Amino acid sequence: MFNDFEILETLSMFREQHLDVRTITMGINLLDCASDSSEKACQRIYDKICRKAEHLVKTGEDISHEFGIPIINKRVSVTPISMVAASGDSTDYTMYARALDRAAESIGVNFIGGYSALVHKGFTDADRRLIASIPEALSTTNLVCSSVNLATTRTGINMDAVRLMGTIIKDLAEKTAAQDAFGCAKLVVFANAPEDNPFMAGAFTGPGEPECVINVGVSGPGVVKTALESTRGQDLEHVAETIKRSAFKITRVGQLVAREASKRLGVPFGIIDLSLAPTPVVGDSIARILEEFGLETVGAWGTTAALAMLNDAVKKGGTMASSYVGGLSGAFIPVSEDEGMIAAVELGALSLEKLEAMTSVCSVGIDMVAIPGDVPATTISAIIADEMAIGTFNNKTTAVRIIPVPGKTVGDKVHYGGLLGSAPIMAVNTASSAAFIERGGRIPAPIHSMKN
Amino acid sequence: MSDSNKQTAVITVVGQDRVGIIARVATELAALSVNINDISQTILQDVFTMIMLVDYGTMPIDIKELASRMEALGDEMDLSIRVQHSDIFKAMHRV
Repeated sequence: MFNDFEILETLSMFREQHLDVRTITMGINLLDCASDSSEKACQRIYDKICRKAEHLVKTGEDISHEFGIPIINKRVSVTPISMVAASGDSTDYTMYARALDRAAESIGVNFIGGYSALVHKGFTDADRRLIASIPEALSTTNLVCSSVNLATTRTGINMDAVRLMGTIIKDLAEKTAAQDAFGCAKLVVFANAPEDNPFMAGAFTGPGEPECVINVGVSGPGVVKTALESTRGQDLEHVAETIKRSAFKITRVGQLVAREASKRLGVPFGIIDLSLAPTPVVGDSIARILEEFGLETVGAWGTTAALAMLNDAVKKGGTMASSYVGGLSGAFIPVSEDEGMIAAVELGALSLEKLEAMTSVCSVGIDMVAIPGDVPATTISAIIADEMAIGTFNNKTTAVRIIPVPGKTVGDKVHYGGLLGSAPIMAVNTASSAAFIERGGRIPAPIHSMKN
Repeated sequence: MSDSNKQTAVITVVGQDRVGIIARVATELAALSVNINDISQTILQDVFTMIMLVDYGTMPIDIKELASRMEALGDEMDLSIRVQHSDIFKAMHRV
């Protein structure tokens, strides 16, 4: 049935190479919770989440034990709250964040995502209220994550929203200054945000999603790194082939877990997100995979080419293993969550500008990057604008999760612990972008968006 | 025996070789009416490695409980014993 080699290989992936399923995320539609009484809406939200996800954590743990697969996180993502809150009588949306937080606490999930707004073409009144409440909402809750979609390839970039988010990120950093601006780790802005992403902080359940759905995010940088060790000295075709094989195996594990969870919970299976997601643990790093290609350190010239190939090969192997692939699906390059990336920044080999180049060929963006607290809001907006442009004009998802840490500067390091790791403060170009950001308006959609 | 039988698990035992490992593990499984379908054992670089394919269809406890009992036996014998549903190996190694 199986040969010894196969069984021992699987065993070693779990035991030594940190293979895990990073998250089982249940998407829950909350549109039917809307009410003209905000208080009533919050109660309905709490009740619905607790009802739908009551068995989520236990089911995840059962599957983990039976198959011997570590399942790290169980999470919930919900309909963007600006849509649910729009009809309510209260203009202070933080009560919705508290309801989400209480529900997440009750069912025992690690995070709940969807304190979100989709403003890529413009704001509704509710979107404005939600965004204005983000600093208060994220600094007074523990488990709530927030995301704002600022741009799509079809609509262009909402630069008014880009300008606004620069100030919101600064406010949130100030409000959580005592925890080194930890609040900013729970907020991400997107171009082309996927509606079925299971990963935080950007998970929300888009309006095109079903009533309730199971999405699974896999991981496994250690497996790819170990497999590549056997290709040293061989040409890049061997490297690509090896990555595809590893990605296939990793994705099949995710597929098995997703199908099992879907069956046991009686909830349809949505997608597998093929992302390679690092953790701060040694042996679980994307940077070290890139170095295995033959780079002295991540950030060296050649990094973008290696990352492009890695990202593409992961997708090719993964799509063979599952028919429903979605979410972000690619390699993540968060700085604080990857010991190899941290080492490269501390060595002076990896700059913010190189990270930006890397985001043009991978799945996320400027992620978990700590910068000096005195960087002006307009510069943060300009960083966001550049990332949004990369996503919008290249038909891909990009994101920014940046942390301006009050009172800290280049040379300092902040520690968040757990999966979020620790971040060396990175240098930011000090030339001003203020007049550009102050213009506001919209950047029109690229010509190649017109496909009809 | 078919691959798709939902009642099969793979048990792996890894550790320092010594007298009586197979006997102890097999006795424990027999007591739980777990049937051994296939067994292979080798010494890899001085490390005892045993792989068993078992059928637990008539076992009175669930696979979670089996996994924790075998793990406890492993701790007692200073070995690593893991029980995993066979579907995980099928998913990973069969197209």
